[in-house]
Amino acid sequence: METITSFSPGLAVLVSLLGALMILISGRRPNIREGFSLLAGITKFGIVASMIPVVMSGKLIELRLWDVLPGLPIMFRVDAFGLLFGLIASFLWIFTTLYSIGYMRTLKEHAQTRFFFCFAIALSSAIGIAFSANLFTLFIFFEILTISTYPLVVHIETPEAMKAGRKYLLYLLTSGVFLLFSIIAVYHYTGTTDFAFGGIIAGNGIPANMVILLFVTFMIGSAKAAFMPFHSWLPSAMIAPTPVSALLHAVAVVKAGVFVATRIILYIFGIDVMSETGLALAMAYVVAFTIIVASLFALTQDNLKKRLAYSTISQLSYIILGVAMLTPAGITGGMMHILNHAFMKITLFFCAGAFIVASGKEKISEMNGIAKQMPFTMIAFTVGALGMAGTPITAGFISKWYLLIASVEISQIPLLLVLLASTLLNVAYFFPIIINAFFKKPERELSYKEAPLFMLVPLLLTALISIIIGIMPDEPLALVSIAVQNLIGGT
Amino acid sequence: MITDHLPILLIIIGFFGAFFTPIIGMIRKKLCSPWATFITMLQFLISLLLLYNVLAAGNLSYWLGGWQPPWGIEYAVDILNAFVLVIVAGVCFLVSIYSRKSLGLEVPGKEIPLYTLYIVLSTGMLGIVITGDVFNLYVFLEISSLAAYALIALGGRQSAMASFNYMIMGTISASFILLGIGYLYVMTGTLNMADLSILLPGIYGRPVLLVAIALIVVGLSIKTALYPLHTWLPDAYTHAPSAISALLAGTFTKVGIYALIRVMFTVISPSYVIETVPVMSMLTWLAAIGILAGSILAIAQYDIKRMLAYSSVSQIGYIILGVGLANNIAMTGGILHILSHSLMKTGLFMVSGAIIYRTGIKNIYQLKGMGKKMPYTMGAFVVGALSMIGIPPTVGFASKFYLAWGALEAGKWVFVIVILLSSLLTAVYFWRIFENVYFGVHETEEIKKDEAPLSMLIPIVIFAALVFLAGIFASIPIEVIKIWVIGVLP
Repeated sequence: METITSFSPGLAVLVSLLGALMILISGRRPNIREGFSLLAGITKFGIVASMIPVVMSGKLIELRLWDVLPGLPIMFRVDAFGLLFGLIASFLWIFTTLYSIGYMRTLKEHAQTRFFFCFAIALSSAIGIAFSANLFTLFIFFEILTISTYPLVVHIETPEAMKAGRKYLLYLLTSGVFLLFSIIAVYHYTGTTDFAFGGIIAGNGIPANMVILLFVTFMIGSAKAAFMPFHSWLPSAMIAPTPVSALLHAVAVVKAGVFVATRIILYIFGIDVMSETGLALAMAYVVAFTIIVASLFALTQDNLKKRLAYSTISQLSYIILGVAMLTPAGITGGMMHILNHAFMKITLFFCAGAFIVASGKEKISEMNGIAKQMPFTMIAFTVGALGMAGTPITAGFISKWYLLIASVEISQIPLLLVLLASTLLNVAYFFPIIINAFFKKPERELSYKEAPLFMLVPLLLTALISIIIGIMPDEPLALVSIAVQNLIGGT
Repeated sequence: MITDHLPILLIIIGFFGAFFTPIIGMIRKKLCSPWATFITMLQFLISLLLLYNVLAAGNLSYWLGGWQPPWGIEYAVDILNAFVLVIVAGVCFLVSIYSRKSLGLEVPGKEIPLYTLYIVLSTGMLGIVITGDVFNLYVFLEISSLAAYALIALGGRQSAMASFNYMIMGTISASFILLGIGYLYVMTGTLNMADLSILLPGIYGRPVLLVAIALIVVGLSIKTALYPLHTWLPDAYTHAPSAISALLAGTFTKVGIYALIRVMFTVISPSYVIETVPVMSMLTWLAAIGILAGSILAIAQYDIKRMLAYSSVSQIGYIILGVGLANNIAMTGGILHILSHSLMKTGLFMVSGAIIYRTGIKNIYQLKGMGKKMPYTMGAFVVGALSMIGIPPTVGFASKFYLAWGALEAGKWVFVIVILLSSLLTAVYFWRIFENVYFGVHETEEIKKDEAPLSMLIPIVIFAALVFLAGIFASIPIEVIKIWVIGVLP
């Protein structure tokens, strides 16, 4: 496959690091500081987007920097899959920045410089993960992502937040250690950590037991993807300010986990090894379990953000499920769901944040009749919820369609049932919120209005985009199909 | 050519400098500290030159007074020496800049003995590293130890007791080493390392050699504070003046490890200590226990310096583990960790000294709001601590990667688990400091910025920057170390 060398991937990572520096320097003047945040976000998206034509023409973009350890360089390679994730993260950062400005200022949050600084670092590492050419580079950014999001999780600094922060670290640092172990082991056995379209495990004479052990440690290592039983850090992390939950804990961090799991399944182990050892099917059932159980947990949550968090856990497992089915349709569905879930879930979180800012309400049971006061927000929320349930003309339908096809293709009827049951569960935990908000009378007169425009506009836009994707999915599908072709052609 | 005499200049300059310190001090006490900085800077430059020469032109051998070895004393410099020399001299140099204010506050008015001993200690350590003669090694070991006892004792009331404890342990250690060297001498009739390595294979079967090895290993284990012979270290590091803690943590135990590597792998052959007598595998088990025990004990501490001291016990375990596993990769990781640990721990001790200098606080639970008060100092602390945990891209990550990989290469899964588990334990004891330093204080409480003085801050920031740079460009030291390791290990 043709590769060209370009500085673009490096620049895309660098621009938000520079942005972070500028944010720190201009910390005393909030308008300039947020100006830098926005500037970095737009520039970053511009750089990432500039790579679309090259990747769409079937080429790879490579950038080899220096060797950190002998034979283990920092290296970027942009393929269709990485570009997809990079585009999503950097595009949504622009919206989230606008939204954060509204959110943080209205609530008069403290330590805003720290907030925007850590946010920029986290985005840098998310893009770094997206463009990593090998596990080693990926691990570096993975760890930076963990560290840089910690101050965001404990932002309010109450004892509960500190406790949640400890849990966050316990899970993510431990998983980092497992990932490190797996990377060293892969390097030990194969002499490389590069991602390759056919995987690198096959043909190295690694004992079968070892392959299975490695897969398990790798999957524990990608606990950022929050599948069960490594999920419980995510609901705890909901104590963070809502923009953090929206972008990081619905898109950047958790998707980084899913992204890594996908890279490991398809690009390290490879389709052949995964299907021969039966690991793929085992993984599919683990995540299928997660899909159902997390949805059940979501039903019991009264705190809106926590319900959304459990919904995220369930939806992330859709992605891994698709990938683990190993068919073109499954992989397409999984990868598309990274995109679709990002837009839908960020909309829902934005709405949850708007409720908090405008009315101070976090609990679902207090939201009766809220649609009268905040009609636009509630409409956006409805769009997001419909998408989650996979209703046609929303983005969620596209990915669910592919997943259903794949489950039929590999004739795993239980997985098909899981997907259908999950749709029902989605309806069960989202629709009461919507119905109560629109039709129930509040207990007393409500006096608040919509959230500030800084917040309202981004959430309406993301809702709009998630419908647009549902109607016209051709462009992202083209990108995903290149990724799939590479994989299938490479084996 | 003067460059031919670099090995001896390194030592001569030191003793000359120490000798003149009191004279300079008589003129003006304040000049002692710049004088020590000047001398250690010269030593650092010479060390760098030596490393450069060794890399460019191969091993150096310097005959004292022109006496040919094995009759005369030889200073032999190969890559390992030169590498450790640069670390030791560099730490001595940077800490001397830092020490002026810190010691000025903690040990007021004693510049003359302080800096005389400082230079003696630094020179003694460099001597241990550069010499190619086992008895000469012992002499330098005693010189540096005596200087260290005295420096620790200057720290105040409690430090006298700590120093006394250390002296007892240190003397036992020195006696063991001397006895071991004595046996070697009796058996072979030579003290020169190169000569010993030729003659020793002839007596590999004899029990007396085993006794000699046992004595030397135990002696050096006390010096390096290998668990469970570490008991002198926490008290000594806690009660010594902060600058001295920083200096000792960065260099002193490393020099002991250097001596261990030198004696085990070049004087005695690797195959003997690995296969014939399982010295190395015994050391690895002690090291592994030490790694965990040190971390767990560190979690139990609330005095910041004592916590760092126990953390040292754990980190020394890493180095010995790498050396003891004795394959190319683990050994490279172990020697790299000498560098990593020097950079991280010296920096961290310096930060704790800076906090004490500004506020007098030693208890980690009283550090609230310190992140606002001393932002740069605490920033350096974060870098050092992340490196201790092994977060990339710091130098601690690089050495941990190699150590874990080496353990895997050796097929010792237990040690892989120990190494990785210990990073989590390290995270536990550093993270509670982060929590206290950065969180839980809202802007309503006004905290004034009150940074450490520049002469303390600059060395601290240099160390933090080095931790970072050496992590990003870790392949450079690794390539250097590899050359030596491949030459030594079969």
